[in-house]
Amino acid sequence: MELDPFILSRIQFAANISFHILFPSISIGLCWLLVYFRVRYTFSGRDDRLDWEYAYFFWVKVFALTFALGVVSGITMSFQFGTNWPGFMERAGNIAGPLLGYEVLTAFFLEASFLGIMLYGKNLVSSRTHLISAFLVAIGTTLSAFWIISLNSWMHTPAGFTIENGVFMVDDWWEIVFNPSFKYRFIHVVLASLLTASFFVAGISALRARKNVDGPATWKVIRTGVFFAAVLAPLQIFVGDMHGLVALENQPAKIAAVEGIWETEKGAPLTLFGFPDEEARTTHFAIEVPKMASIILTHHADGEIKGLNEFEDAHPPVAPLFWSFRVMVGVGFLMLAIAWWGSYALLKDRVGPWLLRALSGMTFAGWVATLAGWYVTEIGRQPWVVQGYIRASEVVADHAGGMVLSTLIGYLALYAFLLVFYIFSLHYLSSKPARSLRATIDFAANKNAATGAA
Amino acid sequence: MEYWLPLIFVSLMGLALLLYIILDGYDLGIGILLPLASDEEKDRMIEAIGPFWDANETWIVLGIGILLIAFPSAHGMILTHLYIPVTLMLFGLILRGVAFDFRVKVAAEYKSMWNTLFFVGSLLASMSQGWMLGAYVMGLETSMTSVAFSVAIALSLPAFYVVLGCGWMFIKSEGELYNKAARWARAAILPMGVGLFLISIATPIASSEIAAKWFTLPAAIGLMPIPLMTAVAFFTALWVLSRPQILQAGYGWIVFVCMVLMCLMMALGLAYSIFPDIVIGKMNIWESAASTASLQFALIGTALAVPMILFYTIFIYRIFYGKSQPLSYE
Ligand code: HDD
Ligand code: HEM
Ligand code: HEM
Repeated sequence: MELDPFILSRIQFAANISFHILFPSISIGLCWLLVYFRVRYTFSGRDDRLDWEYAYFFWVKVFALTFALGVVSGITMSFQFGTNWPGFMERAGNIAGPLLGYEVLTAFFLEASFLGIMLYGKNLVSSRTHLISAFLVAIGTTLSAFWIISLNSWMHTPAGFTIENGVFMVDDWWEIVFNPSFKYRFIHVVLASLLTASFFVAGISALRARKNVDGPATWKVIRTGVFFAAVLAPLQIFVGDMHGLVALENQPAKIAAVEGIWETEKGAPLTLFGFPDEEARTTHFAIEVPKMASIILTHHADGEIKGLNEFEDAHPPVAPLFWSFRVMVGVGFLMLAIAWWGSYALLKDRVGPWLLRALSGMTFAGWVATLAGWYVTEIGRQPWVVQGYIRASEVVADHAGGMVLSTLIGYLALYAFLLVFYIFSLHYLSSKPARSLRATIDFAANKNAATGAA
Repeated sequence: MEYWLPLIFVSLMGLALLLYIILDGYDLGIGILLPLASDEEKDRMIEAIGPFWDANETWIVLGIGILLIAFPSAHGMILTHLYIPVTLMLFGLILRGVAFDFRVKVAAEYKSMWNTLFFVGSLLASMSQGWMLGAYVMGLETSMTSVAFSVAIALSLPAFYVVLGCGWMFIKSEGELYNKAARWARAAILPMGVGLFLISIATPIASSEIAAKWFTLPAAIGLMPIPLMTAVAFFTALWVLSRPQILQAGYGWIVFVCMVLMCLMMALGLAYSIFPDIVIGKMNIWESAASTASLQFALIGTALAVPMILFYTIFIYRIFYGKSQPLSYE
């Protein structure tokens, strides 16, 4: 087998970003939940106060771990463009550079700096400064998503530029940052992260509740997670639908692949399930709802949808898109069902073991949907890096295949190892009461008091 | 504008990378020393860097970020050439960055494994950075001299970081650990000095471009303060280290200051050697600069953000000022 450095670079990029996104998808949302815990702690009466404090203690530990993994895998990302896709920056650097730069300047320093106070500052700053620090970290993570998603959206729906000698030149920054798909993608991604974090905290807390760790504090977290999810899940479905409409306008081949539509049709059916076959250019065993695709995507029963055959040789691979999309949407509706069931049970005070099991089972559901969603988006852009302008094959570095293969293997081994330890540590931490963390804090406070008196 | 913007950005990039070397340098150095300490001291050492390391590391992201923003074609050329050391450095930084957290969040029997990985990651990252620096100064050639030179720096940079790390520990620790830091620094400073000296001699021999810049007459005199200041800083550090009574009186921080001064001088020397190229002998900063419109846009953000970053960095160093406390969460 010949080692194609291009394919290997693609796989390596996909592996790195897939590993990276696992952690932001939790930390962006979890950070806002921590702010929420902290606010509840600050404004609660005596009885509840301690519970919110415990909730905060426990989850800030999980946050620190998640954040650290996000940081180190993100640093890898920022070198990737240069090491494997040098042509991308040579041609689109005028646009991509400043956007990435703004991310570092406005977001990364903010989060990295105030994280220190958030994690270790308890005895050194006032409760208010502490709350502000947590808030600034949350702002930082969301800002960082803002800039990177802006760049990513621009690659899907480029706008606001001119081209001179093959190099992209800036025409209008506003149009670049707020390019046509940005608004939808940014909201969809932030909601995805909040949902991921909600199910993450609810799932782990369900495990803690079954082990009876931390009593009422744990239940408060479950309620928070489930209620948040119950509100966010329908919102996400709504936003996702709008996102699809925008994609149809700008990247029709992507949507055709997602829907498995081969021939341009008026009143196209929605394929719920089936096996798309690119050789035969048809979908086998399709289960269809008549006219539904047209209704969803054009809001007319007879709306026309372009089929894949219109884009022969220039459309993305069909099966991965078709499947990933169904995974994302499937998880989305599952989230809705479980969040509403959970809310109902919690409100009626009728929580059974099955609900707790279901919640634990959904702990990482957000990861599945998020990755699936990104695969739809990114594989759907193939063969382009910048839709319609730059092909991935034009910008890849000409490394020896063997070298890229060895680094790829290195990354995969490292990631597998880290992922195992991450989940393993979550499991280990989940059996520990927040009170055990409390002890060390009191100890530190006493020590401070003692040295202060001396 | 077309003339000044690349200059401004190249200076900012230099500043970011210099800050990175100093700031992450001390915490990488402490990582390299970790295996020499007792279990209890390991915790103390990590406490001394816990609240800072993440922000420290962000400076390299900024440095590389500026390279990307302002000099996109040089960015591609440098990073593709340095593919292997960059990847190794990333592996090192990954291992080390996660070890901070894992070592206290896994069951006790794994703690020592993560301590070891913390050390391995720190050493790997430091050596790879040395290698990168060496290859860069050699103009990204793949000759024998270039390799030899890179290896030399790959071996010296960790020693430099170690002394810097000891300097930081003088500021942050007390008691037995303080004394140990003194012992470690005394052991590392001489090899470090010899390494740096040899590298300084080797640089002009290995690179004729650099030699031409240093040894033409009016410049050579104007440049004298750089090696002189470096030597003064080095011997001051050496002198303080060899006087236990001064160290005991709490003046260990002088060592840290001297190391910072050396960093500064070497950075100036390096900047002079390279300027106005961005890749020595291949490309200068104007040739590789991004378009003026992009640089202007980036400059606005930089001008607003950098003072803020400096401001809150100082704020945070002040909060955690003084001897370090046991790390507790909240
Ligand atoms: C939707 C969110 C999102 C996406 C798509 C990405 N990132 Fe990210 N990244 C974050 C959200 C984030 C974050 C939430 O801000 C992180 C994760 C956890 C954290 O520590 O910060 C982060 C960390 C992080 C860091 C470390 C920051 C530090 O030193 O504190 C770097 C250098 C990058 N990222 C770079 C990238 C690049 C080059 C990406 C794409 C090619 C990318 N990230 C995709
Ligand atoms: C965070 C979630 C993301 C995931 C899971 C993801 C996933 C992927 C995948 C699977 C590919 C390979 C596609 C293929 O070759 O078939 C890819 C390619 C790529 N993506 Fe993303 N991506 C993400 C975000 C981003 C962002 C934020 C950017 C840029 C700002 C980006 C830029 C690229 C580039 C430059 C390539 C390589 C060229 C190519 O193969 O098309 N991606 N990504
Ligand atoms: C159930 C209804 C949902 C619909 C109709 C929907 C729709 C879409 C569409 C059409 C895209 C591709 C957009 C493009 O490529 O331009 C997308 C991407 C994505 N989806 Fe969903 N989605 C849904 C649920 C979810 C859920 C529950 C999550 C995660 C918790 C999620 C996370 C993502 C992510 C991370 C992306 C990639 C980034 C982006 O392009 O926005 N989605 N979604």
